Amino acid sequence: MKFMLNHLHKQKHLFEPGGKLAWLYPLYEAQETFLFTPADTATSAPHVRDGLDLKRLMITVIIALIPSTLFAIYNAGLQFNTINLGFEPTVMNNWKEGLAIVMPLILVSYIVGGLTEVVFAIIRKHDINEGFLVTGLLFPITLPPTLPLWQAALGIFVGVVIGKEIFGGTGFNVLNPALTGRAFILFCFPVNFSGDVYTKIVDSTNVIDGWTGGTSLSIAGAITEGSVVEALHAEGFTWAPMFWGFMGGSIAETSVFFSIIGAIILIGTGVASWRIMVSAIGTMLGVAALLNLIPEAHSTPYLQLPFYYHLVMGSFVWGVVYMATDPVSSAASTPGKWIYGVSLGLLVLTHRIANPAFTEGTLLAILFMNVMSPLIDHYVVQAHVRKRQTDIQARRLSYAAS
Amino acid sequence: MDYISLAVETIFINNIVLAYFLGMCSFLACSKKIETATGLGLAVMFVLGITAPFNWLVKEFFLRPGAMSWTGIETLAGLDLSFLNLICFIAVIASTVQLVEMVLDKYFPRLYTSLGIFLPLITVNCSILGGSLFMVERDYTFLETSVYGISAGGGFALAIVALSGIRKKIRYSRIPEGLQGLGMTMILTGLMSLVFAAFSGISL
Repeated sequence: MKFMLNHLHKQKHLFEPGGKLAWLYPLYEAQETFLFTPADTATSAPHVRDGLDLKRLMITVIIALIPSTLFAIYNAGLQFNTINLGFEPTVMNNWKEGLAIVMPLILVSYIVGGLTEVVFAIIRKHDINEGFLVTGLLFPITLPPTLPLWQAALGIFVGVVIGKEIFGGTGFNVLNPALTGRAFILFCFPVNFSGDVYTKIVDSTNVIDGWTGGTSLSIAGAITEGSVVEALHAEGFTWAPMFWGFMGGSIAETSVFFSIIGAIILIGTGVASWRIMVSAIGTMLGVAALLNLIPEAHSTPYLQLPFYYHLVMGSFVWGVVYMATDPVSSAASTPGKWIYGVSLGLLVLTHRIANPAFTEGTLLAILFMNVMSPLIDHYVVQAHVRKRQTDIQARRLSYAAS
Repeated sequence: MDYISLAVETIFINNIVLAYFLGMCSFLACSKKIETATGLGLAVMFVLGITAPFNWLVKEFFLRPGAMSWTGIETLAGLDLSFLNLICFIAVIASTVQLVEMVLDKYFPRLYTSLGIFLPLITVNCSILGGSLFMVERDYTFLETSVYGISAGGGFALAIVALSGIRKKIRYSRIPEGLQGLGMTMILTGLMSLVFAAFSGISL
């Protein structure tokens, strides 16, 4: 390490103003901060004294993502090996196939997104920071494993450029960049997201040439009479495997268990807001439980679905833990966070119950709340200002009276 | 229940700005400040809520084929004046806007000045005329038209207030020089319409 640091510092003069490679300074700076902790202090106001900087914040998110990602890799392989005949779903094979499915997506995302970020950083002269490491990992693991790599490349490109860089880079964006990219390719190539294609299929010379199956959400959404739970069980979707995540779906969304582990890390380190997680998940489950109470005669099968099934279906928990809590694009004020979370839970539930076109509304509900959060914050601040004004007024009056 | 679902559909799914891109001029120009945007949004909601049902009456009793049979005069009853739709609708809208302007000038002078030129411009705001024309095209009843008018205006208000909130936030962003102002607002409109497209499948 010492050797690397010395080597890096020896090159520093090249990149400093006046040096030969001064235009590449963001790249040098990125290497130094990614690998080491430079002693630099903040160069522009405001100055806050805290052990937490952007680097530590973002790395914590990455650490929280690791269990979920590792499980996702294993699960992708497991799904692949169970569906394709001639493959044994042993632990070794699952890891092998999972890596072969997921790693290319992650690599493409990091390479394309990283290059885009570097180009922008050099032209617009800002630092490359660790925020990109998070976007670059979050984006690919929200994709279906079968997505063609060029579409993934297009998605991360749009996400980084339109979602983040034109606003000025990390910290200035309005929408979550990873979700912007995913929403873009979702509307461009809806067929690849239809919810029926869920793992890589060996090509046609092999035993089968295609395999599709519904996700729990599309099955539940299609039921018009009878019990949704029975229909889910008939397709092999029982509660426990859905909780652990052994089912098909977009890469990392399936496991609620590992999302909760991530949530514990994020909340324990204070990186993500527990208010958003609690209010979103609480509202969703609470309202679903209330809907369960509607007498059967006036209800639809989906409204009758026990509320604890909503917890494990689809990407809701994963999305709330990793996406909705993005400190940049979510509401910033404390009451704003509660409003944001509650609306998010309601929106996702509405999407599930009333929207047959997009059975999984988590992604789009989060984006919608991202759009609304500056407004929520504005009104929270306004209400606070008004309250303070009336307080001061009242105090003045009481002074005058005494 | 039908009316509620029509309202939800008009506000979120067929949002008049973000799905049909009507009324862009004031949407882009008046979204700099949240207060102005709220005022304009309410004004559009008010004008749409009045003009759409009023135009429905004009259409139903004067303009559509056979509309004037209530007069009992045979030559009038046979008339088809629907070619006058556009011009009558515009006349109704223009006079309503005059009315709103006078009311605002008298009772809300601050809002009046901050809206400035855009209030008279509501006359030529495509979303207002668009509301009336959609009403004809979709054969709404009177009640449906009233609900449609108010909720289309509500959709406009929601979109413009949300956009002004975002524009307030990105005032601190480092936006490339060439994109500052309108350029960025256009991109934001595109992003918002991408987000609103999510609602496109909801059926109530």
